[in-house]
Amino acid sequence: MIQAMFSGLEALFEGIRFLFAHGGPNVVMIAVACVMCWLAIGKGVEPLLLLPIAFGCLLVNLPLSEVMAADGVLKTLYDFGIGNELFPLLIFVGIGSMTDFTPLLANPRLLLFGAAGQLGIFITLLLALALGFSKEEAVSVAAIGACDGPTVIYVSNMFAGLNKIPTAMVGALAVAAYSYMALVPVIQPPIMRLLTTRKEREVKMPSPKGKISKTALIAFPIVVTVITGVIAPKGLPLMGMIMLGNFMKVTGVVPRLASAAENEIANICTLFLGLAIGGTMAGPQFLTRETLMVFGLGLVAITIDTVGGILLGKIWYLLSGGKVNPLVGAAGISAYPMAARLVQNEGQRWNKHNFLLMHAMAANTGGQIGSVMAAAIMLSILKGLGII
Amino acid sequence: MLVVGMGGTLATLFLITLCIRALSVFFPVRSEDHKEEKK
Repeated sequence: MIQAMFSGLEALFEGIRFLFAHGGPNVVMIAVACVMCWLAIGKGVEPLLLLPIAFGCLLVNLPLSEVMAADGVLKTLYDFGIGNELFPLLIFVGIGSMTDFTPLLANPRLLLFGAAGQLGIFITLLLALALGFSKEEAVSVAAIGACDGPTVIYVSNMFAGLNKIPTAMVGALAVAAYSYMALVPVIQPPIMRLLTTRKEREVKMPSPKGKISKTALIAFPIVVTVITGVIAPKGLPLMGMIMLGNFMKVTGVVPRLASAAENEIANICTLFLGLAIGGTMAGPQFLTRETLMVFGLGLVAITIDTVGGILLGKIWYLLSGGKVNPLVGAAGISAYPMAARLVQNEGQRWNKHNFLLMHAMAANTGGQIGSVMAAAIMLSILKGLGII
Repeated sequence: MLVVGMGGTLATLFLITLCIRALSVFFPVRSEDHKEEKK
């Protein structure tokens, strides 16, 4: 009887014993989860994603946790929606439904900022290869330069599914991507000021005059989907889902579907995706030198994206005889609409009468298309090389 | 990879830019669009 009581008590303390014996990395990750909670709750940093990621991280790192075991709840969520890239794609339908491409259609030239804003992806890819990452790992790390969480998860998970990168790396990449997206207001302004002169920052750009017909708005998502499908079919699911969401919105005939994509579907998928990504952050697998390098390279990627956009802006400023404000180039990344608002604020800081928002929104939506297109092209090149 | 990737992205987005221009030409703003906007 007493023996049975001691055995029962021993079972209750097994978790604590494990924590003291082998739980160092788990304790560190529990602290990381607490920091993510603090960032989400106290600082408002991407709370929609950081909060579920933090909780998933906490759940998986508690001693003897079985949430990521064969039938564990987070493993089930992972297999159901991340292992097959479903959740990021469903979130993209919602993103498409939330995005207004009208400023871009009114000023289509600014789409080119969306290409320049992807420079970080390709430079980081080369850097990652030079640092010894495998080709698949390098592509996944470089995708952080897309400044777009679902794209990073989609690309990296494709390789994780093929056992080309460790599953824990998907978690590190997702957290790095979302963290840097949230840090765009901290990362971009110093680069904007460093690379532009006061005269360039003060350039006033008149509001775009062209009106857009409803037919053009409806045709746009179809045209982009067809072009992507023809040129970079490997990225068609990504672009197709964004454009489906936008198509439902602009046609105006399925408001319930558009609203569901934007609200219920996006919200449910965001919760499940965050929890399952948090579940990949088990201490022993997560705390590696590669994770630190992922975070370092992610910062490099987003910095170079901003530099690429501003440099194109400077070239455009010169070619147009000083009519284009180079700051608009910084909005050519995918962090929507944060990057556009940042450009507007920075422009008004130097010239109170400057109103760059519509131009920046055009560049920003161009950045959204550009980031997905860059990922699609990268995947298609890899397929061409026989790597995937 | 850098040249093909960046060049490919730039070329594709340029193609989309041309298509947007063509859309504006083929589908100009009609009076119905203005009416819908006012509603």
